[in-house]
Amino acid sequence: MATESIDKISAVTALPDITLDIKDLHVAYGASEVLHGVDLQVGRGEIVTLMGRNGMGKTTLMKALIGNIAARSGNIILDGKDITHLPSWQRVKAGLAYVPQGRMIFSAMTVTENIESGLFVRGGRTIPQKLYDLFPVLKELGERRGGNLSGGQQQQLAIARALATGPHVLLLDEPTEGIQPSLILELARTLRKIRDETDLSIIVSEQVLSFALDVADRIVVIEGGNIIHQCSRAEADGEQLMRFLSV
Amino acid sequence: MLWGYSFSDLTSIFVMQSFAGLILFSVFLLMALGLAIVFGQMGVINMAHGEFMILGAYTTYVCSQVFSRWIPTLFGAYFFIAVILAFIVAGAVGMLLEWGLIRFLYRRPLDTLLATWGVSLMLQQLFRSVFGAREVGVQLPDWMMGSFNLNETTQIPVNGVIVVGLTFFITLGIYALLLKSRWGCQVRAVMQNRSMAGAVGINTEWIDRLTFGLGCGVAGVAGAAFTMIGSTSPTAGQQYIVDTFLVVAFGGTQSLGGTIASAFSISQARSILEFFLSGSMAQVIVLLTVIGILMLRPQGLFSMKVRR
Repeated sequence: MATESIDKISAVTALPDITLDIKDLHVAYGASEVLHGVDLQVGRGEIVTLMGRNGMGKTTLMKALIGNIAARSGNIILDGKDITHLPSWQRVKAGLAYVPQGRMIFSAMTVTENIESGLFVRGGRTIPQKLYDLFPVLKELGERRGGNLSGGQQQQLAIARALATGPHVLLLDEPTEGIQPSLILELARTLRKIRDETDLSIIVSEQVLSFALDVADRIVVIEGGNIIHQCSRAEADGEQLMRFLSV
Repeated sequence: MLWGYSFSDLTSIFVMQSFAGLILFSVFLLMALGLAIVFGQMGVINMAHGEFMILGAYTTYVCSQVFSRWIPTLFGAYFFIAVILAFIVAGAVGMLLEWGLIRFLYRRPLDTLLATWGVSLMLQQLFRSVFGAREVGVQLPDWMMGSFNLNETTQIPVNGVIVVGLTFFITLGIYALLLKSRWGCQVRAVMQNRSMAGAVGINTEWIDRLTFGLGCGVAGVAGAAFTMIGSTSPTAGQQYIVDTFLVVAFGGTQSLGGTIASAFSISQARSILEFFLSGSMAQVIVLLTVIGILMLRPQGLFSMKVRR
């Protein structure tokens, strides 16, 4: 039954202008397969929210996309280019950017250096003003070490660092984790603003339903390493989604 | 007075032994800098690091032979050419080693330990085959042989001053390279989180190769400096590798300042104690002290005040 609904929905929501095309992606840690053939297409300027309980494969999908874990089979195609077997830095060069779970900023480097680390891939030398327009606090904190920032500030830094690479597709893994509610609202607004200004496609994995409904154009539910449900924000049914998320 | 030395004797001994310690400090520091950068970034414990130093020493030896035979007029300046060549040769061999072996062994510390130990044995045999098992010494140009007489009992050797000066500039150079250059920014990013550095678009493979080459090149420069205080033999590097590990462990791999302070205190303690006690007793006392301090501060002398 689940498969039927996917076919119907993807026929409705498939966009003509596809940026990222994931085809039959299988990913395994050693012998244990975690993703069993994920198919997902993301349109230009679309925000897709990936939902699902812990251990269902959200983070694994993110890591496989950026190249921290190798894919066992299947393809990842970005702007028509197959990036399945490229090392991480070449995927970034091709247009992917990544904000990992736990943010993973370079804690012993200053805020400015953290943002600059994203510039090298395109040979840029100065941090674009628009990043500071989005996150003014990062300018004030420029000389502070990344590790001494608060969780919310680190999240902004991690996003700024990812945007500095000049991406077409931004991957965010559980960005609301450990962030106070008022900032979660702000984050959703910021993400939509970035999308509106730059036509960036965003995949964001999330467990907070309100944030997902706030930010998403389309919601995708992943369970047991398969996509089991998709819907646009307009047709999203909160109660149904809650059932997917509850244990 | 103490042990039958007069006070002015003691002062002279102290000054001269401190200076001898400074030359030792220079070699330790150059060795440890290379080792610390490579270990800090790649988690690779390079057991062949001492052989890279000896590679630099043999390069200096060859250079001195070539200059004295074919271009004796420029012999006075050969040492500076030798330093540059030692850096290039050791650095190039280091990059070759990274490309041919080390890169397949990342995140396998035991395997790298064994593999680089094997490489060190191979290099030693190579030195033996090419240069013979006997020690070779370099000839110093006349102007580097003398010493500055501070007073009638205190003498400071000229070559020592050159070695210390060289070390100062190289350390400063590495410091600037790591903290101020674009390359340094990428190195530090890779050091802290390899997979995340890749995920922000840093070419980690290339940075690794360059860093390994730099570490080995600096060891080569240490070798050039080493020719001033000891004679070069195929196995001379092994005597220094343990002390170098000690310096790195004591200083902590997170800061250059820690490496400098640790190289300084260990070499000074060694050099001054060696005058009053036997060499092995000095070694034992230094080792025990370092172990004692490391039990209290496992992270080394200095560590950064930052949340991780």
